[in-house]
Amino acid sequence: MRAFLLRRLATLVAALLVASLVVFVVLQILPGDPALVILGPDAQPDTLAALRHQLGIDLPVWLRYLHWIGSLLSGDFGRSTAYDIPVSDLILQRMAVTLPLAVMAMALAGVLAVPLGVAAAVRKARLADVGIMGLTQIGVALPDFWVGLLLILVLAVHAAWFPAGGFPGWWHGAGAAFRALILPTVALALPQAAILTRVARGAMLDIGSRDYLRTARAKGQRERRIVWRHAVPNALGPIITMMGLQFSFLLAGTIIIENVFALPGLGALLFQAIAQRDLVVVQDLVLLFVGIVIIVNAAVDLLNAAIDPRLVEATA
Amino acid sequence: MRQLGVFLVAALVIGTGAAYAAPPDTLTLGLPLEPPGLDPTAGAASAIREVTYANIFQGLTHIDENGQVQPDLASGWEISKDGLTYTFKLRSGVTFHDGTPFDCSIVKFSYGRAAAPESINAQKQLFAPIASVDCPSPDTAVVELKQPTSTFLYDMAWGDAVMIAPKTAAGNKAHPIGTGPFVFSRWVPGDRIELLRNDHYWGAAPKLKAVTFRVIGDPAAATAALLSGTLDAYTNFPAPEAVARFRQDPRFTVAIGHDEGKVILALNNARQPFSDVRVRQAIAYAIDRKAIIDAAYSGLGSPIGSHYTPQDPSYVDLTGAYPYDPAKAKALLAQAGVAPGTSFTIMLPPPSYAQRGGELIAAYLQQVGLNAKLQSVAWAQWLAQVFGQSAFDATVIAHTEARDLDIYARPHYYFNYASDQYKTLYAQYVAATDAAKQADLLQQLQRQLSADEPNIFLFALPKIGVWNAKLRGLWTNDPMPINDVTGAYWAP
Repeated sequence: MRAFLLRRLATLVAALLVASLVVFVVLQILPGDPALVILGPDAQPDTLAALRHQLGIDLPVWLRYLHWIGSLLSGDFGRSTAYDIPVSDLILQRMAVTLPLAVMAMALAGVLAVPLGVAAAVRKARLADVGIMGLTQIGVALPDFWVGLLLILVLAVHAAWFPAGGFPGWWHGAGAAFRALILPTVALALPQAAILTRVARGAMLDIGSRDYLRTARAKGQRERRIVWRHAVPNALGPIITMMGLQFSFLLAGTIIIENVFALPGLGALLFQAIAQRDLVVVQDLVLLFVGIVIIVNAAVDLLNAAIDPRLVEATA
Repeated sequence: MRQLGVFLVAALVIGTGAAYAAPPDTLTLGLPLEPPGLDPTAGAASAIREVTYANIFQGLTHIDENGQVQPDLASGWEISKDGLTYTFKLRSGVTFHDGTPFDCSIVKFSYGRAAAPESINAQKQLFAPIASVDCPSPDTAVVELKQPTSTFLYDMAWGDAVMIAPKTAAGNKAHPIGTGPFVFSRWVPGDRIELLRNDHYWGAAPKLKAVTFRVIGDPAAATAALLSGTLDAYTNFPAPEAVARFRQDPRFTVAIGHDEGKVILALNNARQPFSDVRVRQAIAYAIDRKAIIDAAYSGLGSPIGSHYTPQDPSYVDLTGAYPYDPAKAKALLAQAGVAPGTSFTIMLPPPSYAQRGGELIAAYLQQVGLNAKLQSVAWAQWLAQVFGQSAFDATVIAHTEARDLDIYARPHYYFNYASDQYKTLYAQYVAATDAAKQADLLQQLQRQLSADEPNIFLFALPKIGVWNAKLRGLWTNDPMPINDVTGAYWAP
């Protein structure tokens, strides 16, 4: 266990270091001078030079990299040039939107997908299976932003049950904030649930004819107990692995949904920071996303190990 | 995706009657882009001015809805006969939002800071004519110019020339402190900026108690936000294709006004074949402006014949100079020796007028035998490559600065127009102190541009305003990219 954690920690540090170099180099190569983006076409050359000096981008590249990494190690994420506030504050504010959104969407997807996938597998090739698989086919094909627009039209504009977009912030009370996140949660969860249902069904069918299930049936156990006590726990591995991938995607890849619902989340921040060449924000966010993916993957491995002790024995 | 969303909104929502009740003394406005900081003296983004100009910050002069210069923190002025000395009478009893009194020392500081070597003012050249600012008394500011500058009062109305206090200047980016009718209250990054009424305002108190700017850039989301009452108003509405839907709805006012944005097909005059005036004229004949406006802006813009919009002073209608005439275009290209199939690249920045307009322009050019390849670029890349290095053949772009005829007189501007005749005319215009002479020269400048056609002048962007039908006092026109809500109120 300790060896596992240490190995994961080493991976995390190495990946962050590589990612920091890559994002830094890419931002150097990418055309676009932050000073010109801020000051626009009419700016005089000496004005641009003054701003470059103020932003510290007139220093040599390697010095800027070391400065950035050094600050990070001392816990300083730097300052956003667009907002003129610490990047750590900015990320925390955005996290307060994106994290609950991702957790709720993942939970909803899981709650929908696992029973549906199991039901489809148990009734393989019968009407319920065909129906569920047909629905998931539609769900996989529907883009989440389209689902979001449809939800806005029907439930926000027409029925006025939910706000059409925006986020009031948690300080206005959890109720209003929660309400603002319901439609985007559904829009994000439905396509993910469709994918997850198919994974769950596949995993269930995969183990459907294993010996231990036959033994259980031979012992005369009821089918419901066989499915939920013996089959589902063994099928959880691929489902959890898939959920880990989806959760990483939900944390980092919600740019379009955040646009459709005008939510101030991490995806929208990254998109805007790239457009405005708010370099420190882009660098920090990329590192954050890399870190999140690695930590989520490690958590998935730990969970799988907890469910299936054979995995630990195999690695030990 | 955008079109799809707007289509859905237009098709499915007609006839709905969502109930909403807007409080009578607050206003929520939509913004297409979030401002990068709130200091108009330290950045060029229009969004900064859309929030802060006239609402939070004020200058000695300001621009009214018709683009005219009006007194602001200066209640009046005298200009010496030689056009070199401007004596501003300053309003008394004006204080900044933090209580700092406004007087001549503030004028001296604000202009001095903008013109200083370490200045990061995006329009520093506006302050170049200033030789000195003197303060004979706290309520009088005497500005000496190095040369007569007929545009000076107008220039000092720009957002880049607002009055700021020495103590708070450095913090204005995150917490702006000005003299205006609204006080900055809170900025929730990515979401909203909240302003409150300034109870110590020197002028007539605004009727609104609070104004909130919400960042909703996606056209479909902006449409839904208006329909659901999340927004009361969008003064620069980003979805022209949804305008027809709002026009049919009695709950909304649709106000189509003038904007200073001039959409042009900019050509690199230093490159072949655009260095030949016949080629540029041929391209002008080859493009049907009306069709471009219909496709790129749902028919809401107005054609232009030079780098000047119909609401600008001394406007000359030159839109008939190059009517759509592909045969003539082909003849001119043949005369200039441009072989059919000659290819070049048109760079398209992200806005929809460029993306959609570019497609159509390429199709028109194909008809006269020119092979235009399209390349989409991000805004930062456009600035670096097209604007910064002049490394381009052609590009579709909107110039949003008001009355910016000066860019054609600059020595190394990105499209590389070099006409000594134009430069001479422009110098005469700036130096002219007589109004009739100024007007005449403005017309000559437009005619010169139309004759040389350094860029293909396409259309003036409309300013599309959509707001609650009970709202009054919002501006229809956009003489500068600003959102003056001082006079806004709700009808009972």
